[in-house]
Amino acid sequence: MMSTTGPRPSATEDPFLPRSFVVRHHRQDTRDTYTLVLEPADGTPMAFAAGQFTMMHAFGAGEAPISISGDPARTDLLEHTIRDVGAVTHALVHASPGTELGIRGPYGNGWDVASGRGGDVVFVAGGIGLAPLRPAILEVCASRADYGRVLLLYGARTPEDILFGDDLRRWAADHGVAVQVTVDNGQHAWRGRVGLVTQLVARGGFDASNTLALVCGPEVMMRYAASALAERGVPRRRLRLSMERNMKCGVGLCGHCQLREVFLCVDGPVLTYEVLEPLMARAEL
Amino acid sequence: MQTIAEYLPHHPFFACLDESVATLVAGCAVNMHFRPGQHLFHEGDPADTFYVVRRGRVTLEVHAPAGPSVVVDTAHEDDVVGWSWLVPPFRCRYDARATEETSTIAFDGACLRAKGQADPAVGYALLQRVVTVMESRLHSTRTRLLDLYGSTT
Repeated sequence: MMSTTGPRPSATEDPFLPRSFVVRHHRQDTRDTYTLVLEPADGTPMAFAAGQFTMMHAFGAGEAPISISGDPARTDLLEHTIRDVGAVTHALVHASPGTELGIRGPYGNGWDVASGRGGDVVFVAGGIGLAPLRPAILEVCASRADYGRVLLLYGARTPEDILFGDDLRRWAADHGVAVQVTVDNGQHAWRGRVGLVTQLVARGGFDASNTLALVCGPEVMMRYAASALAERGVPRRRLRLSMERNMKCGVGLCGHCQLREVFLCVDGPVLTYEVLEPLMARAEL
Repeated sequence: MQTIAEYLPHHPFFACLDESVATLVAGCAVNMHFRPGQHLFHEGDPADTFYVVRRGRVTLEVHAPAGPSVVVDTAHEDDVVGWSWLVPPFRCRYDARATEETSTIAFDGACLRAKGQADPAVGYALLQRVVTVMESRLHSTRTRLLDLYGSTT
């Protein structure tokens, strides 16, 4: 299992009382995905580790677990990239600048990016799974000289669904990240790859035995990607996946996010493939 | 300048192929270059050639009614294009089009089939490699059918 490396709310705070944050910027990224940049209403910064999530509260609509997509070095800003898939997320993505939202957290562990120093790093993202990986990529880019080859293999549904296009170009041009994007469905205007993101793993140039691989996306995609990375020789303890379940309390009390003996909200959401491989192989877990 | 026989063992598709088999297979091959927009083959054409992409980009396309063709797959450096040369009725199922300057090694399918029939070890070695490509493409297609990034669960 992964160690719990992320900052947590103070033990004296009521874990169910959200802090007030104000939306400062609102951006539509794709057809159904939006990014909100928030500031704490009381000015107190919120430190977080790449890979952690918060419980976001839209007053009058409800609460949803959302991964942090911003820069861990910017504790004065909280950035969330949200897909509009239900009543709560619909309210969140339509929160205009000035709107007050409630935030609990940060919760869960992180990617523990620093453990990859001295070796290669491979990020494999599918769909909105790029959002929880973005803080980790920013962290690597901030200390780029400490890492070897860095690859980002990203799969999206269509070219229009590609997230963070400016970031992808900047990471490649300014930080030497080998960015490879593939889409499930491409039209003539798309000049890149059409195919499955896991196919990129087989041909990626990295030293598998000395690689930290971080994977985030739909669970089926992660299962195939992790299997391909393990086949390439990435050690299972250095192959980490961010799991998604129905987080409710965020503090390991309610059990909604339980994956057998693992409470994903506190023991995860990032787990090693060493732990997950037997669990992912079982249906209905 | 490498000859085709010298190049083939370095291509993932032909990796670990016996030198004698590589030489035999190279006898069915020629270098072929495509300009952007040129077709390697069209749907319904006799499948008499398959291609190893040395560099460039090839799209596999299906005609769609009342609209532009749909790109169902792309092939890039180190990929291979076309396996219908091995399977009756030896007809191409898709259009394959170069979308940038593309260099390939083109193999004469009938020549390869003849060599495979004459020497089953050659035929088996080729079949194993083609089946690996087919398995990878089938897996890709099936997984994409799930529309993983579009679903909300």
